[in-house]
Amino acid sequence: MKMWVKKMKIKDFAEKLELKVLTAYDDSKEIKGCYCGDLLSWVMSRAKEGDAWLTVMGNVNAVAVAVLTECACIVLTENASLDEQAKQKAEMQGVCFLQSSENAYELAVKISELI
Amino acid sequence: MADSIRLHYDVSGTDFTLAGAASSDVKRTLKQLGISPDAIRNVAIAMYEGEINMVIHAGGGEIDVEITENDIRMVLEDHGPGIENVELAMKEGYSTAPDNIRSLGFGAGMGLPNIKKYTDDFRIETQLGVGTKLILKVNI
Ligand SMILES: Nc1ncnc2c1ncn2[C@@H]1O[C@H](COP(=O)(O)OP(=O)(O)OP(=O)(O)O)[C@@H](O)[C@H]1O
Ligand SMILES: [Mg+2]
Repeated sequence: MKMWVKKMKIKDFAEKLELKVLTAYDDSKEIKGCYCGDLLSWVMSRAKEGDAWLTVMGNVNAVAVAVLTECACIVLTENASLDEQAKQKAEMQGVCFLQSSENAYELAVKISELI
Repeated sequence: MADSIRLHYDVSGTDFTLAGAASSDVKRTLKQLGISPDAIRNVAIAMYEGEINMVIHAGGGEIDVEITENDIRMVLEDHGPGIENVELAMKEGYSTAPDNIRSLGFGAGMGLPNIKKYTDDFRIETQLGVGTKLILKVNI
């Protein structure tokens, strides 16, 4: 069990994991944890503030869930796409979208080594 | 806080881009009032699920929120199709969401169970062809 919590800024996180940055973002946000899931009702009640949320859902509903859970960023895995409407809403509401070619498992393993 | 604060929202049944907006607004208000993070989280989860259900199952509706010294009360009312079997609808995993709605990330069948789990008081009134009303309370 980890007895400490490391925090990481989005810029650093994106660089270390070679993630593509899809939206403008506020780099004061810190990543403290990680949650994986695509079903919004699960994510809504399980994801925590400061989590990097790994999902394939690049739509406006994901943006709403990210705002409400206050997760630090959404990482679209396996190059899942971000639709234009969601991109606009995300930038308006300060939600950061990143993208990875890796799947949620591969990425989560790397995240666990980082934070 | 002597007087209670009342908020009202009309939830559109057609504009998906706005779904969750009322819940976000309530969350923002509760934060400004300095309500405890736990209570805020409970309200956000319950209200979001109710708001989304209105949009995807009932063609929209109205939400009234009252913030008092001791609790946060929410009434969510729609004039949608109503729920045929409430006991079944309350079961984790039960969903009638069609494929196009599921592809957006809904339809886990966890909305109503989560609303019950994260509220201190949960009442549902529903009638087929008339609509559905959720009466919720979260203690502060
Ligand atoms: N306001 C409503 N009007 C009519 N039917 C509803 C309403 N709310 C819920 N239901 C019915 O109850 C079922 C269960 O609702 P619940 O919120 O638990 O799951 P869901 O909305 O299908 O999926 P999820 O919330 O996990 O995305 C729905 O599939 C739907 O048949
Ligand atoms: Mg639901």
